[in-house]
Amino acid sequence: MKARHKRLTLVLLGLSGLALAAWFVLSAFQKNLVFFFTPSQIMSGAAPVQRSFRVGGMVEKGSLKRLPDGITYRFVVTDLAQKVTVQYKGLLPDLFKEGKGVVAQGKLGPDRSFVADEVLAKHDENYMPPEAAYAIKQADAGKAPATREQP
Amino acid sequence: MTPELGNVALILALGLASILGVLPIWGAHKGDARWMALARPLAAGQFLFVVLAFGILVSAFVNNDFSVSYVAGNSNSLLPVYYRVSATWGGHEGSLLLWQLMLTGWTFAVALFSRSLPQPTVARVLGVLGLISVGFLSFTLFTSNPFERNLVVPPDGRDLNPLLQDFGMIIHPPMLYMGYVGFSVAFAFAIAALIGGHLDAAWAKWSRPWTLLAWMFLTLGILLGSFWAYYELGWGGWWFWDAVENASFMPWLVGTALIHSLSVTEKRASFKNWTVLLAILAFSLSLLGTFLVRSGVLTSVHAFASDPKRGLFILVFLLIVIGGSLVLYAWRAPKVGLGGRFALFSRESMLMLNNVFLLVTTGTVLLGTLYPLALDAFGLGKISVGPPYFESVFVPLMLPVLVLISVGPYVAWKEGSLQRAWLELRGVALVSIALAAAIAVSAKTSVGVATGLLLAAWIILGSVQHLAQRLKAGAGRTPFVQRWRAVPRAFFGMVVAHVGIGVFVLGVTLVKGLDHAQDASMKEGDTVSAGGYAFQFKSLEKHKGPNYIAGRATFEVSRGGQHVVTLYPEKRFYVVQRVPMTEAAIDRGLTRDLYVSMGEATPDGAWGVRVQVKPFMGWVWTGCLVMALGGLLAATDRRYRQRAAQPVPSKPHHTAPLRPSQALS
Repeated sequence: MKARHKRLTLVLLGLSGLALAAWFVLSAFQKNLVFFFTPSQIMSGAAPVQRSFRVGGMVEKGSLKRLPDGITYRFVVTDLAQKVTVQYKGLLPDLFKEGKGVVAQGKLGPDRSFVADEVLAKHDENYMPPEAAYAIKQADAGKAPATREQP
Repeated sequence: MTPELGNVALILALGLASILGVLPIWGAHKGDARWMALARPLAAGQFLFVVLAFGILVSAFVNNDFSVSYVAGNSNSLLPVYYRVSATWGGHEGSLLLWQLMLTGWTFAVALFSRSLPQPTVARVLGVLGLISVGFLSFTLFTSNPFERNLVVPPDGRDLNPLLQDFGMIIHPPMLYMGYVGFSVAFAFAIAALIGGHLDAAWAKWSRPWTLLAWMFLTLGILLGSFWAYYELGWGGWWFWDAVENASFMPWLVGTALIHSLSVTEKRASFKNWTVLLAILAFSLSLLGTFLVRSGVLTSVHAFASDPKRGLFILVFLLIVIGGSLVLYAWRAPKVGLGGRFALFSRESMLMLNNVFLLVTTGTVLLGTLYPLALDAFGLGKISVGPPYFESVFVPLMLPVLVLISVGPYVAWKEGSLQRAWLELRGVALVSIALAAAIAVSAKTSVGVATGLLLAAWIILGSVQHLAQRLKAGAGRTPFVQRWRAVPRAFFGMVVAHVGIGVFVLGVTLVKGLDHAQDASMKEGDTVSAGGYAFQFKSLEKHKGPNYIAGRATFEVSRGGQHVVTLYPEKRFYVVQRVPMTEAAIDRGLTRDLYVSMGEATPDGAWGVRVQVKPFMGWVWTGCLVMALGGLLAATDRRYRQRAAQPVPSKPHHTAPLRPSQALS
């Protein structure tokens, strides 16, 4: 009886520990999920204002500007339908280029411009970040008959 | 002609593997010694042909044979010869062949070093390894053949990805694969035990050294990958909770649980079913990891669909291996029996807690890694789960494990005494608290950093004291050298690995808590400071490498007016692939790394520059190295090297509880 009692205690302790861990993990998971929005979605107001999220698309040609402090950049991300201005302070990744795909993570500012704290560009010249390709495809699908080659 | 020979060698290896996967297992079932005896020569033959195929692929790279499309896609005649060799595993097809080489190599090693094992066990283990080999060889031959020819021979190759042109990348994949594939041996032992129905302490004793070795290689592999990311990606990060990293980290976590659970199975014949399940899990996660990285699922779920043959093969293979072994487990596991009983507070229960926490942690990493992929695959939206999730979950789940590292070894098997553990550990606890508090107050650190320091001190001091106690036993009667020699190597292994974790925790705490980074726009002559160091941009020169051109900057680093070091970060441009690359300059030191990397330049000559001071960065790497050393020590313990197996009781001993210092890991 005593051994069984002990084992039961152990099992109960274990289960409550697991339940606690599960609750804690899932709440952390919920809190830290980063959703993805296309420029079109952002312009239609679908993106959250307080929460951090990701935007992806192409860096519009000729849009990259460096602000006077020398390390803040401003550029336009487009899904070829809508545009979002992104501001980022820091060094851009090696493969960041105008006319190429990019994904930025950050928050929406009051003026609907996007303040990024992270900019991702992958290490392959032909490679388009999946999110960026997705954004352009979504915008494309919205415009129906106007067919365009996949970039 | 030679690439075709490589192809033939692979086909022959597949043939031998197929026989190896069937006849010896059948022989073990029927009790036919002749069929069982086939296992060793077949394992050797299989290894030989894969070595031959691999050698042919390497020579195709060295000789710039661009008629082979895999070579043309991953090499270039401008590439230095050592990178041409490492380019062999720079792409999908070649890395599969490397995996294959490792698998047949481990199989061959088991065939060599299993003289003391009963023949049916050897036959089953090698047979199971043969079956895995069949899966991988068919995958290589049917979907990813590295020997495929180009119809039109290109004049030159497309070059190796510049990021992979680095010494770390020469050795990282082989190490990592040694670890991944090494778990296949533990897996094969587990499956063989399930088939044979003999799951006892002897089984645990046989599979332990293999598991420890695999764990050691995996530790080194992950270390090298992280080390590489640190200096080659150019921005000073070293762990991103990226899916590729998680893919290697999950088998490591389960592998760590497995080596602890195996010790219970060996010492006390408990946890048997659990250990078998962990062995299956560790290898399944290794497979999952390989395929996550290799199938292209990670870059995009749709890359999976672009080559449906590969994706489908992978899915079916994973299903067969994981599903098949779990079904076998469900069917056979109840027969292998329960082990000895143990008290609520005992070495067993401590190790059980270790296992529970490690597995729960693995589950959280798995969730964060697979959930975004699953959502995307079902078209339910695009999300990402970044470092904030992993960090906020991983750290609290690991805290209890870190506390228990020092407690566990002080608790006796079967039934421990809480009071005794407290008596033995209170000194360590007091000293650790005093040390951490002193440093935290004098350096005005955060609570997080203080906690990290406390845990590091607790682990290191607790482990060292444990060793000291062990050495003190018998003092006065026997000389120190003799007492030192009497300590089993497995015990040293445990202490060293635990100290390694302490060192690692110390490094991570300080580098995460106290690093300084500064981004600045700099022209020649400008100075920027971070963490008490002044970084002056002196000059910029042109530099030409074998397959790249670079701008090389000169930075003078000083502290309080004293010159510290001169650093030369580069911005490279690789001419064949036409990609820019940041080549950071790092000065490594015992207490800090200085890190300078260059971003873009404006037309007027101002460069974006990031300077970083990373305290105790080297301790992170050292900690991992020490952990791996611990694994090596434990794996080479004398009792695993004895050729003739001692009869090991399959029933737990019902003797008085062992003294903690007698009972090792």
